[in-house]
Amino acid sequence: MTYEPVIGVEVHAQLQTQTKLFCSCPTSFGLPPNTQVCPVCLGLPGSLPVLNQRAVEMAVRTGLALHCELTLTNQFSRKNYFYPDLPKGYQISQYDLPICGPGWLEISVNGKRKRVRIMRAHLEEDAGKNVHEEGADDSHVDLNRAGTPLLEIVTEPDLYSSDEVDAYLKTLRDLLVYLDVCDGNMEQGSFRCEPNVSIRPKGHEALGTKVELKNINSFRYAKDALEYEISRQTEVLDEGGVVQQETRLWNVNKGQTAVMRSKEGAHDYRYFPDPDLLPVILDSELIEELEHTIPELPSVRLQRFMQDYRLSEYDAAILTDSKGLADYFECCVKLFPHPKTVSNWVTGELIRELNTSDTSPADAPMSPQRLAELLQLVDSGTVSLKAARELFSELYATGMSAEQLVKEKGLVQVSDEGQLGVIVDEVLVAHSAQVEQYHGGKEAVLGFLVGQVMKASKGKANPGKVNELLKRSLAP
Amino acid sequence: MASISNNEVEHVAQLARLDLTEPEKTLFGEQLNQILTFVEQLQEVSTEGIPLTASVAEQKSVLREDLPHDGLSQEQALRNAPEANEGFFVVPKIIGK
Repeated sequence: MTYEPVIGVEVHAQLQTQTKLFCSCPTSFGLPPNTQVCPVCLGLPGSLPVLNQRAVEMAVRTGLALHCELTLTNQFSRKNYFYPDLPKGYQISQYDLPICGPGWLEISVNGKRKRVRIMRAHLEEDAGKNVHEEGADDSHVDLNRAGTPLLEIVTEPDLYSSDEVDAYLKTLRDLLVYLDVCDGNMEQGSFRCEPNVSIRPKGHEALGTKVELKNINSFRYAKDALEYEISRQTEVLDEGGVVQQETRLWNVNKGQTAVMRSKEGAHDYRYFPDPDLLPVILDSELIEELEHTIPELPSVRLQRFMQDYRLSEYDAAILTDSKGLADYFECCVKLFPHPKTVSNWVTGELIRELNTSDTSPADAPMSPQRLAELLQLVDSGTVSLKAARELFSELYATGMSAEQLVKEKGLVQVSDEGQLGVIVDEVLVAHSAQVEQYHGGKEAVLGFLVGQVMKASKGKANPGKVNELLKRSLAP
Repeated sequence: MASISNNEVEHVAQLARLDLTEPEKTLFGEQLNQILTFVEQLQEVSTEGIPLTASVAEQKSVLREDLPHDGLSQEQALRNAPEANEGFFVVPKIIGK
């Protein structure tokens, strides 16, 4: 039987606030254990949570960008369960009144656009970290992360392949990074995704039993884990079995998913409104104010790049993949208004250097101004395209002015007709046989002669000029 | 009179990690029934057109600026911990994940 997967995704995005969701402890990473804590996030008796305004603003901005209905009076609830990384015995989350209600995000899969419905997005606090050493008979708890603000974004089961999930995750990640609400780092856990997947016979309406996947910390793993899980479920059904509702962990080394907990062990969270916190009331003035702070979003920018700069969707997609790169491109185009040329250099040479040095465009040692300068030199014929390409790595790494480096290296291209004319004449004398062939109608020989002039000039001659001069000298 | 089963008492006790003896289960079962009966009585009041009320405090947002402050030192944080080691709270081994 042919089956169709149906997938929904939960993403936990860590908000880039200075402080935790309900206390003023810093959210800094990588510090000694239990040094970013206070009575509130340790859950000490008598302490009271006070909500972080910035986290609310970030949630609202995300909600607006996702076209969500905002819940004007939203509320925090307690999710009760016991785990050592949760000092209070409950997590402060949102339940029946999440800050963001239904919305949507448009994604593009193999050139096809599609709207993924967002069910909700709510604020909640992160838990601490348990450290367990192999063989030890106790576990260690670090509560530095406890209370860090998260925005949990949940989709409807609208995704039908691992490719669609991949596109959704990347689009959402880019959006959050554009909005400056999350750094989008999957490896470090500031953008965590938990897809749930079920399969159903193709054409059927009713959904199958869903399995939730965890321990996915890269886009690659999300794809691999989903593909594994879809084929596992297919096998189970084909063999006449039943898919169990459970949570499964992705094991990177084995390339498999394994049961983490079954439904029997599912928690009974007994949510109730947190009496320590008042409802959050969003007034229209604040919403309007926040609306103005939303930058041009990636999908809109992509369309604009295609229209205004006449770039292909492919190029526009690469350029708008990160805000930094798109900004870099636009800054360069302002100084050197040939979008296609700038795009080629940015998506080619620049990205290559950024990737090798693991640098973000904003931190590139070569500024957009410097790149524009180099392109100008190529355009004016001062330096050959070939030399420009060869110099790129050095220009990138040093951030030097192209003009200066070209002079230092003696790579200034010779376009002067007088100087070139001398070399052209020499070459024609030395290769009289080829000249004869040319006159005999074998025009391809011209390429050979251009090559000889280039060689004689040690690559400094302007090839366009050489071509022109040769043709003129060879003319009957 | 509300009626809560022995199983339900055990379930609630399990969620709260309470280890109850048989007489305690009977005792708390009875008390829970009394509470639920009281709630049933409350439910007789007509609340049509009255919004849900989770708090009787003034309904306004109370927000804090996103400015970091020092909290406790590691030593202070661990002072009341039954066991600590190398800056961590030490807890019984967590089985599975």
